[in-house]
Amino acid sequence: MTIEANDPALSIASEKPTSLRPILEWIARRAEPVVIALAAILIGLALFSLFILAVGKSPVTLFQLMYTGGFGSWFSVQNSLSRAAPLLLTALCVALPARLGLVIIGGEGAVVLGGVAAAAMALPLAGTAPVFLTLILMAIAAMAVGGIWIGLAGFLRHYRGVNETISSLLLSYIAIALMNQFVEGMLRDPASLNKPSTRPLPAEYMLGKIPGMDVHWGLVIGILACIVSWIVMEATSYGFAARIAGGNVRAAQIQGLPVGKLIAGFTALAGSFAGLAGMIEVAAVQGSANASLAAGYGYTGILVAFLARHNPLAIIPVAILLGGIDASGGLIQRRMGLPDATVLVLQGTLFIVILFCETFYGRFKIFNPDLWKRSL
Amino acid sequence: MEETGIGIWGVPLAIFAGAIRVSTPFIFVSLGETITERSGRINLGLEGTLVFGAMTAYAVAVMTGSPTLGVLAAMMAGAVFGLIHGWICKFPKVNDIAIGIAMMQFGLGMAFFLGKSFIQPVAPKLPSIPLGGWSSTPQIQAALNINVLFFIGAALALFLFWAFKNTRIGLILRVVGDSTDAARAMGVHPDRVRLLATAAGGSLAAIGGAYLSLYYPGSWNEGISSGQGLMAVALVIFARWNPIGCFLAALLFGGAGALGPALQSVGVTQGYYLFYAAPYVLTLVILIATSSPTRSLAGAPGALSLTK
Repeated sequence: MTIEANDPALSIASEKPTSLRPILEWIARRAEPVVIALAAILIGLALFSLFILAVGKSPVTLFQLMYTGGFGSWFSVQNSLSRAAPLLLTALCVALPARLGLVIIGGEGAVVLGGVAAAAMALPLAGTAPVFLTLILMAIAAMAVGGIWIGLAGFLRHYRGVNETISSLLLSYIAIALMNQFVEGMLRDPASLNKPSTRPLPAEYMLGKIPGMDVHWGLVIGILACIVSWIVMEATSYGFAARIAGGNVRAAQIQGLPVGKLIAGFTALAGSFAGLAGMIEVAAVQGSANASLAAGYGYTGILVAFLARHNPLAIIPVAILLGGIDASGGLIQRRMGLPDATVLVLQGTLFIVILFCETFYGRFKIFNPDLWKRSL
Repeated sequence: MEETGIGIWGVPLAIFAGAIRVSTPFIFVSLGETITERSGRINLGLEGTLVFGAMTAYAVAVMTGSPTLGVLAAMMAGAVFGLIHGWICKFPKVNDIAIGIAMMQFGLGMAFFLGKSFIQPVAPKLPSIPLGGWSSTPQIQAALNINVLFFIGAALALFLFWAFKNTRIGLILRVVGDSTDAARAMGVHPDRVRLLATAAGGSLAAIGGAYLSLYYPGSWNEGISSGQGLMAVALVIFARWNPIGCFLAALLFGGAGALGPALQSVGVTQGYYLFYAAPYVLTLVILIATSSPTRSLAGAPGALSLTK
């Protein structure tokens, strides 16, 4: 690829700026991630269609069912939104460390332990303490445990040089073992026979629904968390410092930025969001902590974060889209006789294609106004 | 009181037997990852390759009645996964760690999708060699009933140790892993070497999966792997990219994995799930003990993104 005029000062000086040009430049610079992400999704869907054709089913029917199951009716939209709620939080668990250059994939462990911590906190309080106070304390306990869990991976990365991707995933396996130990051991409700669980939360202590919708408050909490994360990242000195450290650690250290504290702080914040997702699963969906906490929200969150290119605001639409795909899984299974892993195959295909398409950034002149011809 | 009478000695014996039984997949996955990482690339997706290999081996063994064909089919499938990973990673701006995570999800999804119909049927098992014929104690006989793949893995570790040092291919692999520029100066195509190294790593990891589904535990289901593919990546760091070190570390991990079932067999059921977590805790502790924030790891391939 040849670079024709990469000196912006030159091109601006030698032309008459038209009134349209700044707007076009603004659009072009922001269009690149959107266009490439949409193209990646289309390529991914095309490859997935080939796979579905190869196993002798109709991709058209599949996509129709996916739309019906995810967004076809008010009922399915609400279902998708409910599933998007934990994904918003687990995606933040990947996206925030990613801005510091860390690949954290152990969100599942923070979800699971957050759920256990919330359930344990609720046990002595339920029935005696006020509802609102109980929920707040549950959230605090879940966020603290989740924050410690993922913060540990960040801490080990900076102070011991341990690869955070591997350590966070190991921590998540340990977390699932711990949950099993707690749920089948000291926290087990003797009444839960087939599926060991903690004592169920009384109905009046459950996190309710958003008025007028069949969607729990977790969605609002998730969206707020995304907005807050975006503000922290884009409009505070901490976020600015984190982005510098993510771009070039040496430069950040030379500038005197507290890289270690930034890494520990942002990974802990990320983990606390995933822990909160666990609390929401307990308080709004399950009613108790049990093995259903490890439902894979942590892993789908990785895909959401990478699709959103670790932009907290972009996480919101992507999480709703993937929540919809998730929600349609059951319908595809029933109507087409395809295994429930169909959704996993689609997610894996999309994930690979999206990462592959990273290579196209900066390759197209149309997205880079500095390379535009002067005649425009 | 019958043959259960070896009492407390049952625990170390069960750990020994378990170490050999449980370690075999670790041996293959870690040797495969060593080849890949020695070429300067990391494949975190071996967990997916392992599970897909387990499914392929089981399915082919069910259909043909031959476990050997099952292992060969798994190797081919694993090589294909490695080729996909290696091909995508050669493009600029593509992160090999992230691609590994995506390949892991893709491999798991494909294995569960295609393997759905093979959960019921029973596949023939891989043969094992009974070395315990001299003993009359059934536990010792069972413990020394060792699968052929364990010996193949041990031999492969020795061979790779020799080959990395003494063969042309081994030298090329190490040059590519230590310095992309030096390799180019020698007239070697780094991307091509890495592509083949990742394919070789994938096919070895798939053998580990075949062992899981065709010998121990010897069935195919969606919970067949408990993260062996991922722990093996950590194990390679611990073993300092040395094949013989990988073999010994795999035995250690196997022993840790056998701790829970061994204690359970003598009636210790308290904290069963905590013992289940022992291999993960061990991996993490070893990683913490052997990593350093200031210097790059001794013996690490220079071009490896993992240690930067």
